[in-house]
Amino acid sequence: MTDVQYVAPRTLDEAVKAFAAASGAAKILAGGTDLLVQMRAGILKPGLIVDIKKIAEMTAVEELKDGGFRIGAAVAGAVLRDHARLKKAWPGVVEATNLIGSTQVQGRATAGGNLCNGSPAGDSVPAMVAAGAIVTIQGPKGRRDLPVEKVPAGPGRLNLTPGEIVVCFTLPARPKGSSDAYLRMIPRTEMDIAVVGCGVSLTMDKGTVTAARVGLGAVAPTVLLVEEAGKALVGSKVGAGGLDDAALAKAAAACSAACRPIDDKRGTIAYRTKVAGVLLKRTAAIAAERAGRN
Amino acid sequence: MSDKTSAANSANDNKWIGQRTIRPDGADKVTGRAAYAADTTMPGMIWGKVLRSPHPHARIKSINTKKAEAYPGVKAVITAKDIVEFPLDKSVMLGIQDMRWMCRNVMAREKALFAGHPVAAVAATSEKIAAEACQLIEVDYEVLPFVIDVEEAMKPGAPVLHDFIKHEGKPSNIAGRLEHKLGDVDAGFAKADVVIERTFRTAPVHQGYIEPHACLVSVSDGKATIWSSSQGQFMVRAMCAYLTGIPQNDIRAIPAEIGGGFGGKTIIYLEPLALVLAKKTGRPVKMVMTRTEVFHASGPTSGSFSRIKMGATKDGKLVAASGTFCLQAGALPGSPIRGAAGCAFAPYDIPNVFSEGFDVVSNRSKVAAYRAPGAPIGCYGTECVMDEIAEALKMDPLEFRLKNAAKMGIKAAHGPVYPRIGFVETIEQAKTHAHYAAPLPKAANGKLYGRGVASGFWFNAGGESSAQVNVNEDGTVVVITGHPDIGGSRASTANITAEVLGIDYRKVSVLIGDTSTIGFSNLTGGSRVTYASAMVVTQSTEHVITILRERAAKIWKIDPDAVIWENGEARPAGDNAGKFEPLSLAQIAAQASATGGPIGAGKQLNTTGAEGGFATHLCDVEVDQDLGIVRVLRYTSFQDVGRAIHPSYVEGQMQGGAAQGIGWALSEEYIFNKDGKLDNPSFLDYRMPVCSDLPMLDSVIIEVPNPKHPQGVRGVGEVPLVPPLAAVSNAVYNALGRRFYALPMSPPRVLAVMDMKQAAE
Repeated sequence: MTDVQYVAPRTLDEAVKAFAAASGAAKILAGGTDLLVQMRAGILKPGLIVDIKKIAEMTAVEELKDGGFRIGAAVAGAVLRDHARLKKAWPGVVEATNLIGSTQVQGRATAGGNLCNGSPAGDSVPAMVAAGAIVTIQGPKGRRDLPVEKVPAGPGRLNLTPGEIVVCFTLPARPKGSSDAYLRMIPRTEMDIAVVGCGVSLTMDKGTVTAARVGLGAVAPTVLLVEEAGKALVGSKVGAGGLDDAALAKAAAACSAACRPIDDKRGTIAYRTKVAGVLLKRTAAIAAERAGRN
Repeated sequence: MSDKTSAANSANDNKWIGQRTIRPDGADKVTGRAAYAADTTMPGMIWGKVLRSPHPHARIKSINTKKAEAYPGVKAVITAKDIVEFPLDKSVMLGIQDMRWMCRNVMAREKALFAGHPVAAVAATSEKIAAEACQLIEVDYEVLPFVIDVEEAMKPGAPVLHDFIKHEGKPSNIAGRLEHKLGDVDAGFAKADVVIERTFRTAPVHQGYIEPHACLVSVSDGKATIWSSSQGQFMVRAMCAYLTGIPQNDIRAIPAEIGGGFGGKTIIYLEPLALVLAKKTGRPVKMVMTRTEVFHASGPTSGSFSRIKMGATKDGKLVAASGTFCLQAGALPGSPIRGAAGCAFAPYDIPNVFSEGFDVVSNRSKVAAYRAPGAPIGCYGTECVMDEIAEALKMDPLEFRLKNAAKMGIKAAHGPVYPRIGFVETIEQAKTHAHYAAPLPKAANGKLYGRGVASGFWFNAGGESSAQVNVNEDGTVVVITGHPDIGGSRASTANITAEVLGIDYRKVSVLIGDTSTIGFSNLTGGSRVTYASAMVVTQSTEHVITILRERAAKIWKIDPDAVIWENGEARPAGDNAGKFEPLSLAQIAAQASATGGPIGAGKQLNTTGAEGGFATHLCDVEVDQDLGIVRVLRYTSFQDVGRAIHPSYVEGQMQGGAAQGIGWALSEEYIFNKDGKLDNPSFLDYRMPVCSDLPMLDSVIIEVPNPKHPQGVRGVGEVPLVPPLAAVSNAVYNALGRRFYALPMSPPRVLAVMDMKQAAE
């Protein structure tokens, strides 16, 4: 029989120490909505589970002096949904995190876990990428920051060194006229995994897009930052009918061009490639409409 | 609106039949108290686990269980040699199941025939140890080429699963064929002005019951007790007796509450294994499948390939129809070709019909029954072709169906001459319903809208049932039947008993007996339980009334013929019978011992006369043409149910069938990877609709009483799954102007067809 050890340290240092000491045999437990499922399925058999939910820094949502937000890696989606100011500044990030699983799952599932699960289809990740979130990581050699899109290395793999733990996400302050949105394509209406996910964050000034970032999920081995799509949106005018069609078409084409998907049980290459562009148009329209009100 | 000519049973005269009484098992189920098989536990209980083949097709050269047996905590290991073998050359049938196949399905014998096929089982002190010990069993496989798809399996040169199966003299995967013939199809087609011929494909779909298979088996002093989740305790007993060699009188099968079956629990998987393990170890053995095991190794229904040809004259009269239905049986023979070939053309008056079915084995789990087995596959193609013919003739699709609808006196290709049936009424009601007249939304924002119709038929079934009705000392009543209650049959039985006896239904308790406490009762399946058990319960109750009249006569010292039973009381038949105050059931019950002893009666019958059931469905869809997502916006089912004993559970059946059919049409499918292994063995990726995917599913109950039944009942539970596949398909066509000939119409497929359409334009 194999035994599983469980620790729930109170400080990050203790967590890093325990995690590093297990040299690869340990897994971090945040909400557990992926970890426990994978253990039950026999995919993972960790020797040690390090529960990070007792660590204050990792379970708090902090408003920064500059207007940004710091979201602990172990904060559940439902907590984000109840944070009125975060929701006003970053509705796309909050709605993406709360598309994961059922209501019960949303009470446990975290953005940190979603990122570290390493799935290209994680819903919160494209929204975080569009938001320009910076991830703080702590390991045996100290702290470092990485742009969120640099964290995943491939399906189930991360650009973290042994013993490193994702601590928090920092979302930048929002200039006036900014907002974001996230849409995903699933065959059902809920309780499903993204076939394609698209996050768009943009800033508008006097009816012109001045900044835009696009994150795409489930179309490549990792969630993508599609810089070309963001560039295509910058400079476009927003009229009565929303963003101008030429800019949207160009951004959609950039999204489709960025896709390097696979054929699998959830969708085909052709389908994902086309739908990436469709979702870009729809997501950007929502983000622009929201930004116009901010 | 409906025909209510059956005088004795006019709905208006009924006090309890037709009432939405409170379900006897309802509170227990919604509060979690109801005892399912996985809830059972016993002192000294140990756990069984199954080792399953990782290969879709492999010869088993040897199995070494030594390491597993030596593993601490392991109490026993079994393989096929512990299960009774039935030789391949002699059929031993139990209902529709052949023990030759069952003994090879519960445990692989010569070969592993699908990925997930049991090859050994372990009993150990914990579920975890049992699972770990399974991994210590060494199986030497000779991996063989495999075939899963039904068309591939029929091709010359396909890997052959069983060399003992021959078709046209050669080893083949075609394990069986049947045909129905009526008239002369060639002559019929010669008279047709419009002939449409199309090929259709459907994916294998699972019944999707929420409760995985589970059982607990205890063997003590050679006597076995089985608690399990099944659609028939007598089936469990008989199959276990066959597969273990234990006589039926030494097996007691106790039906647990069941969390859905839809046909999938009309056979057994775990029970004989747990029984053998319990016998070997002397300990009670519990086995519970995981959801993954349910998907890999229990029976979904067939994937199919079929070709349908139908012809009509220009005035809209069908003159000929032919159909070939090839159904995937899975690893061992037995796909529902009878349902596909028999039901496909059954709704219509067609003078010339040729319908044939091919039973094709392939390397996936053996099919189990699924709600109107085969009929949804058969009617899918027919009803889509009907739609095309109606369009070609510029006829309203319901009008076209009405013009050709089968009625009393028509001979169906599958055999019977129809008695009074209610198919016409389902179409007429659909035609005049507000749904059919409601305008569809206008296409906008990339969304297109469409409406489709389809009809369907299912045989329904009678068969063996037993009941016992006992009057308690306080005048309350206990009814025992032999059918696991899946669709609310206890509530229906209470309504019937209360009605016949003339007492409040709350005074009636309905229990499900086990194999030792009630007489033989066939499966809960074939839409037969309310039909058949109503007959035996009615006759038992009528016998009880005869006894009650005799007891009253004895008390009054008059002739029993001078006593009538009315509104739950014995009364003198008239003034010349004498003047006596009526005696209530409670008053007679109180004097039972003094007047002749306990009061009760039972009846056992092989019931007949379950006439066919018909339905017509209307479906509205919205198609997102950029994402390929189809959503059902409105759905209405019209069904002749004969008589709705409990309308809520009739509606529940109609809604449930429609929901499953919508899933079959749009999102559900078994997806196999290149290694022949099921790639989506979870509800995450096996996409059954969730609540938010569906609108309220409306149901219109039509009551054309079955003249052969005391309450006029026709089977209800299966017809609802027959029309939806085509109703949704026809609606999608109406929205897109493009027909689909394969299911499911999943978003990638819809978008691919849309792209083809755009390219063509």
